[in-house]
Amino acid sequence: MREFYGVTLDSPLMLGTAQYPSPAVMEAAFRASGAAVVTVSLRRETGGGQAFWQIIKGLGVHVLPNTAGCYSAREAITTARMAREVFETNWIKLEVIGHADTLQPDPFGTLEAAETLSSEGFEVFPYMTEDQVLAQRLVDAGCRVLMPWGAPIGSGLGLNNRYGLRTLRAAFPDIPMVVDAGLGLPSHAGDAMEMGFDAVLLNTAVAQADDPALMAQAFGMAARAGQMAHRAGPMAPRDMAVPSTPVIGKAWL
Amino acid sequence: MRIEVNGEVREVTATTLAAALDELGWGTAKVATALNGDFVPASARADQALRDGDRLEVLAPMQGG
Repeated sequence: MREFYGVTLDSPLMLGTAQYPSPAVMEAAFRASGAAVVTVSLRRETGGGQAFWQIIKGLGVHVLPNTAGCYSAREAITTARMAREVFETNWIKLEVIGHADTLQPDPFGTLEAAETLSSEGFEVFPYMTEDQVLAQRLVDAGCRVLMPWGAPIGSGLGLNNRYGLRTLRAAFPDIPMVVDAGLGLPSHAGDAMEMGFDAVLLNTAVAQADDPALMAQAFGMAARAGQMAHRAGPMAPRDMAVPSTPVIGKAWL
Repeated sequence: MRIEVNGEVREVTATTLAAALDELGWGTAKVATALNGDFVPASARADQALRDGDRLEVLAPMQGG
């Protein structure tokens, strides 16, 4: 089992904290999901931050702060430094966004920030496209976890480029990988896990469901099922039918 | 002096970042600070002088994906 900077996670589900109808619903969703990691952000303090932090601490799971909304390496680096102090962790979900419509990560800014942050002792979880060359550059920069997107953030489209994800997974057998963003259904999470990814990270699909706690539980079970299936070693698909019931011994009727 | 705090112009009498946070009511809060775009660790706030027109960001834990 691959470790995330020395940490073995109890569950392959990482869950975000945004867009829930209420803090109580968010808390219920976390409990139901069994998620091992919670993602959070830093924003201008307007009064709610302290109470929110108490809820997060009460969840008792690993905290992964993000640099969401940053459009430059400089912004992301400063945000990461601030997050490390507040959340008391070296973990950082590095997001450097390159385009406002797709929220596609900026590969150049992400790499630049990853180099600086790794040299400062951060344990970087870079949000990235499924580009294999970028992946190698991020590993060279010191990243020991990669987080390719499934589809654009909040789109719910699932795994947009299964070929790209599969080849990326195969190219870096020792690097833990999280499919982050774009998952809409538990089957998407199961699919990613069956392909050999180590975790999935999602937010909107749970927070915007009619019943977030129920959806959170479904995602937790699907991710786990996919993980078990990958470990079990799936059969190879075939184009033609092969009878599962023995032919030998069939009666002459 | 007048400084910009989280995008709003505020009048403060404090001359250091630590004193300004106290004055603005964030003395014991779990916040991180950046001055003119650069991170200022909590341990450096007492020695960080403020100047008129400085841009201060005070950030706290918030929801995120």
